[in-house]
Amino acid sequence: MSGEEFVPLSLTPLLIGTFAAIACALPGNFLVLRKQALIGDAISHVVLPGIVVAFILTGAISTWPMMLGAAGAAVVAVVMIEAIRRLGQIEPGAAMGVVFTTMFAAGVLLLEQTDTSTVHLDVEHALYGNLESLIWLDAVGWSSLLDLTALAGLPPELPRIAATLLGVTLFIWLFWRPLKISTFDEGFARTIGIRTGSLGFALVIVAAIAAVAAFDAVGSIIVIAMFICPPAAARMMTNRLETQIGWSVVFAVVSAVLGYVLAGYGPLWLGGADAVSAAGMIATVSGLILACAALWGPCKTRAGTPKVS
Amino acid sequence: MFWDALTLQLGYNASLVAIGAALLGVSAGVTGTFLFLRKRALVSDAISHATLPGVCLAFMLLVAFGGDGRNLLGLLAGSALSAWVGLLCMNWLTHHTRLAEDAAIGAVLSVFFGFGIVLLTVIQTMGVGRQAGLEGFLLGSTAGMLWADALVIALGGAATLVLVMILRRPMTMVAFDPEYAAARGLPVHRIDLAMMGLVMAVTVVGLKIVGLILIVALLIIPAVTARFWTERSDRVVLLAGIAGGVSGYVGAALSASAPNLPTGPIIVLVSFALFALSLLLAPVRGVLAAVLRHLRFQRRVHIRQGLLALAQGQKIYEPLTLRLLKRAGLARADGVATEAGKARAAKALRDEKRWEIVRADQAHEATAALYHGLRDIETVLTRDQIAEIDRQIGGPQGVMA
Amino acid sequence: MTLELAANHGVSVQENGLGSSPLAIRGLTVSYGQKPAVFSVDITVQPGAMTAIIGPNGAGKSTLLKAALGIVPALSGQVTVYGDALEKQRARIAYVPQRASVDWDFPTRVIDVVLMGLSRELGLLGRIRGRHRARAMDCLNRVGMRDFVDRQIGQLSGGQQQRVFLARALAQGADLYLLDEPFAGVDAATEKAIIAVLKALKEAGKTVVVVHHDLATVTDYFDHVFLINTSKVAEGPVEQAFTAETLQAAYGGRLATAQIDQISRALG
Repeated sequence: MSGEEFVPLSLTPLLIGTFAAIACALPGNFLVLRKQALIGDAISHVVLPGIVVAFILTGAISTWPMMLGAAGAAVVAVVMIEAIRRLGQIEPGAAMGVVFTTMFAAGVLLLEQTDTSTVHLDVEHALYGNLESLIWLDAVGWSSLLDLTALAGLPPELPRIAATLLGVTLFIWLFWRPLKISTFDEGFARTIGIRTGSLGFALVIVAAIAAVAAFDAVGSIIVIAMFICPPAAARMMTNRLETQIGWSVVFAVVSAVLGYVLAGYGPLWLGGADAVSAAGMIATVSGLILACAALWGPCKTRAGTPKVS
Repeated sequence: MFWDALTLQLGYNASLVAIGAALLGVSAGVTGTFLFLRKRALVSDAISHATLPGVCLAFMLLVAFGGDGRNLLGLLAGSALSAWVGLLCMNWLTHHTRLAEDAAIGAVLSVFFGFGIVLLTVIQTMGVGRQAGLEGFLLGSTAGMLWADALVIALGGAATLVLVMILRRPMTMVAFDPEYAAARGLPVHRIDLAMMGLVMAVTVVGLKIVGLILIVALLIIPAVTARFWTERSDRVVLLAGIAGGVSGYVGAALSASAPNLPTGPIIVLVSFALFALSLLLAPVRGVLAAVLRHLRFQRRVHIRQGLLALAQGQKIYEPLTLRLLKRAGLARADGVATEAGKARAAKALRDEKRWEIVRADQAHEATAALYHGLRDIETVLTRDQIAEIDRQIGGPQGVMA
Repeated sequence: MTLELAANHGVSVQENGLGSSPLAIRGLTVSYGQKPAVFSVDITVQPGAMTAIIGPNGAGKSTLLKAALGIVPALSGQVTVYGDALEKQRARIAYVPQRASVDWDFPTRVIDVVLMGLSRELGLLGRIRGRHRARAMDCLNRVGMRDFVDRQIGQLSGGQQQRVFLARALAQGADLYLLDEPFAGVDAATEKAIIAVLKALKEAGKTVVVVHHDLATVTDYFDHVFLINTSKVAEGPVEQAFTAETLQAAYGGRLATAQIDQISRALG
């Protein structure tokens, strides 16, 4: 494919998909190790009520209020889960189930009650986004990458998700040591003065920010898949956290690129006429990667005894 | 309107939906309880999301063979099949790899759901005009439900309930203590699978009413709600069934009584309301009761420790201790004991001594195990026994409360 | 005596009378739910001594240690470390948790775990240099685990895992070492290796506190004991505080009379 076609139509969705995948996979590594993998699931469900409330408050579809609303909902959900878990002495999985289903139900109800006929806001969009539509119409070819006027026409999702990825990477890099120690041995971490409670909360908030930014571009289904599948597959490849992070990034990139390509061209190869959902295909590819790693990964079985709780 | 709906006077379909939702609520509540007691509540999340590819494939097959793609029985069969595959994948991942169950759940739910969405977009491009109904499976929709569909749901709900009732004993045992159940010769693995099969059945029946995302709520919330009210597993099952049934019935009735009130979310919100009330107000496990109990307990600890310090002439450093002693009239602001304080302090110290004797004496072994610093010795020993201990201690006799 | 502020309540060292003991606890009560697991415990750890915390199962030994270190919240009580607030003296404490408290499937190698002991001095972004690595190797050497540097921690035996934890504590270069059941479920060679390291620490003037469960070895290993059964039973040098009477008081009928006889004979 030539640059004239590739750059405007495929480059930006590919980059956005890839950045979103990495931004979710990075904190996902820690969430999987902390047995909090489903936090990503919970967060991505509560994004819906967040944006609906933002829409009701502002009366318009504009990005920043919606992202704030989604992030606010994520924080509310995390606090509620923690409160129910502690106050009601309910196991974390059940507490999560109570909170995210209720908030999702509230979101759907609000959506039904609000007149959204004039705007594009519906549950399906929230679930699987619209990666394919994030094209760069101002581009004419590779040269546009150096053309300031063309760059100004980039879909705004791209700089947003790029900034998010940068932020997530910075957080992991800066707090690498405390994150690793407190994930491995929380008691020891506290004795050397690490605030494990705040750090754990910060990790969840960073994951929530990644989820919200990725959701804005690609819908929640990729978000859940990318939080879990690449880190889980990477877990089967190595016994070192540093290497595991590397593998998870590789798997995230492969899922995003291969998923996007298969969604766009797969049906054509099979003789169909139209593309299928890129978000769904990316999730599917990440699942296939996980299946391969689970079948043939060099480190697929447990090495040590689990924690006694 | 709402009253009419509650009393089943809004027409045949609405009534059937309300009854179906109530039956579904009861069986979801009861089934979910076993899942919750087994600490696997979110497995239902994976199962429900894993139904989507099955629904889509069934639709494609039905259309390919020239049938009506919206045949509810066909779609439900497809959803059951793919949920079962998802369940097996999840079990395989947890048993044969190092992944913990939460990661396996998340992987299955996101991948199956993602694949389902791929199939959904394929169906959209197949040019079959009647696929609109499929989106209804995401969030449920009872609007325009056919009478036959409502009947399928009502019957399905009832059938699931009967199955749960038959299997409830072995499931309780496995949920409570799987190792003991295995030692008793119960096929734990198969009972687990049966439990999951029931969850799947509930999910499949509930797809049309509440949708695959919200059916999870009906499996989890009533069980958690019921747990606040009792410590007995059979009662948790009963209460969860009631909570689920009430949520289903009231929710369906509410939703039928006004426009723009989608059935699924309303049912979930009703059940959450029950949950929130229980969380706050339940007599023993409720938050309010727990907070009051903790404050009372903290007060007891501080007063007891303060009294012991007073009796031994130690200074009290903790401001809270001093404040509590002052409020009880046992000490003055400068930390000196009042007359009442002196008496109570002497008694506390004496009791500590008595406990010391009890705990060192093998004859009192059973009693000694009851010691935890706060228990009054009069509650575990008779007057005569205490007098006997006092003789061993010597000194002034008859220091009684 | 200094006028530095101590504990969490702004009480000065002189006032609270805790002195400058490596670890002093006053009136510590911890409860899970409605029953104190530890009730109103006072303890003053002697500097340069090896102290055993002993008591029956469920007597609150580990809880005491965890609460002293702020790992579990206390209901009341005060803790000072070298006469100062715990937060200010963290660098002087090394804690060895129970082996079962972590997931040994965690993706990390032996050397990485030992390097965790250096994280306070490395800070957030400090690079691990050759000298840090050399120190970690030296600590592994002291516990006899040098040959296992690159192993994944899950591939070690229980005793080897315990030694790695001890090496991590050594790497911290602390003055006060707190160990939670280090001898539970380890092989005889490991027990010997660990006790040798602990005795060497004592020789070097460090203070060691061990939650211990094996009464038969108390007199061999330790010079101070602290007996607890929810509340304190006895505290002092082994020859004074570790007697048939105190044991009977701590263990009650749970300790067979024959066993007590045996121990008191051993005590002479």
